[in-house]
Amino acid sequence: MTKFKTILSYIVLVLASFLSAFPLYYMFCGATNTSIDIVRGRLLPGTHLAENFRTLLSNQNLGLAMYNSFRNAIVITVVTLLVCSIAGYGFEIYHDKGKDILMSILLLAMMLPFVAIMIPLFKMFSSWKLVNTWIALALPSISTPFMIMLFRQAARSFPHDIIEAARLEGLSEIKIFFKMFIPVMKSTYGAAMTVTFMNAWNNYLWPTIILQDKNQLTMPMLVANLKSGYSVDYGMLMLGVLICTLPTAIIFLCLQKSFANGITGAVK
Amino acid sequence: MNKKKAKLSLETKHNLTGWAFLLPAAILIFVFCFYPMLQAIILSFSKKGTGGVSTFAGLANYSRILKDKTFQQCLFNTVFYFIIQVPVMLILALGLAQLLNNPKIKGKGIFRTLIFLPCATSLVSYSMIFKSLFATDGLVNNVISAIGLTPVDWFQNSWAARFVIIIALVWRWTGYNMVFYLAGLQNIDYSVYEASYIDGATPFQQFTRITIPLLRPTILLTAIMSTSGTLQLFDESVNLTAGGPGKSTMTLAHYIYNISFVETPKFNYAAALSVFILVSVAVLSAIQMKVGDKRD
Repeated sequence: MTKFKTILSYIVLVLASFLSAFPLYYMFCGATNTSIDIVRGRLLPGTHLAENFRTLLSNQNLGLAMYNSFRNAIVITVVTLLVCSIAGYGFEIYHDKGKDILMSILLLAMMLPFVAIMIPLFKMFSSWKLVNTWIALALPSISTPFMIMLFRQAARSFPHDIIEAARLEGLSEIKIFFKMFIPVMKSTYGAAMTVTFMNAWNNYLWPTIILQDKNQLTMPMLVANLKSGYSVDYGMLMLGVLICTLPTAIIFLCLQKSFANGITGAVK
Repeated sequence: MNKKKAKLSLETKHNLTGWAFLLPAAILIFVFCFYPMLQAIILSFSKKGTGGVSTFAGLANYSRILKDKTFQQCLFNTVFYFIIQVPVMLILALGLAQLLNNPKIKGKGIFRTLIFLPCATSLVSYSMIFKSLFATDGLVNNVISAIGLTPVDWFQNSWAARFVIIIALVWRWTGYNMVFYLAGLQNIDYSVYEASYIDGATPFQQFTRITIPLLRPTILLTAIMSTSGTLQLFDESVNLTAGGPGKSTMTLAHYIYNISFVETPKFNYAAALSVFILVSVAVLSAIQMKVGDKRD
């Protein structure tokens, strides 16, 4: 009976893994085949990667989109981690009634749908003459209640003895944060970095609204552009999708251990 | 000045340091989240008068919602996605997490990575992958005809198109939610399961009597995140089905985007629709919290 159950578990897990990975394998095959082969249903890696790459380059400004996407995602990730982790630390380590109340007010922002605020946000940035700048793209996504909560939760497990000892050593409060907290909380930072980078890289709705200038093209916008036109070159399209997916996939695969640990800390 | 500083007690100093640490994040949330929300509410109660001056419009924008056929269609679609997709995905995620939590299963890391991998794809990218998989001459139809069934025109039929959106959503988000459940399950001692097994509990009983009650806070968190996410669906509606056929798969967020930025801008009306979504998310989250916090 138990043996049967174990085998059944494996079957379900293998099936789920296959279904999860298959569309990605399909994307990889598509990127290396011609459009005709893809439509014919070829499911093996092909030899047309270079050709698809040339078509993609002649159709879209790939270099620009890559540069913009990396710049936006890196800036947003670095600033987000800094602002939210120091806030989470502040909320937990120096907590008192006022800060706890403020935290619960900030958590309300988690329920605010972005679509509900995008029109006033757009009006705000256009009155500040910041439309088409990456500052307008970044500012609304830097501080999120989810990230603050993640770091607040992490700070809860940070031993107060360390802080006391560091204070006796004469370290200033800000130095304690930078020299003691950050190095200890590597896995929380790993998880936060994975989530923030993925969100920033993949964001589509806000960039399409605030970045209307062709020079501000991002990777998801480039991929969305590929489908327009009468006939879609599937090989080129899938290669675009693949290139857009690679950075986030690599970051996830490298950081997945700390991602899982960081989330565990937050759920506790 | 220096003298005053020296007088501050250590406690006050720490208190102020705390405020200084959290202030940048708090200010950003107030300026780019709460303030625009307030603006949206004000916008929804006003109309554009002559010369671009806004005047009070009372409930005019809201009463217009009731007569808007497209809105009703989009509301139906969004609610449909919500009712079908969220429970299916959360149950799948819970089930998979439960399987992966069994210490006897080998190769957990590989399974977890593969099932989570869809999350690394951007919403636009996976929309494109599914668009091509479900194309009229795409792979899914090839498989369907190979086993002797009639191929489906996935994007020309309203229900088939909605079905594709749901499949795509489940594919993209199940692994994400599973990671949260796995993390939650790690806090439950596995011996609880072994003890219940000796006492004769069936797997189903273990699931409903141990897993679900102990994971309640995590389930609540994922339910609220998915609710808010589904009511804001945008990328899939735009890129996978383009809202079509007709407007039969268009979501509320897609509709708001269209009337604000694609057609002649109707910001005030769009704001009223936004407030509607806000209230829906708030009400649904409140209900979920009420149910989720219930103690047995």
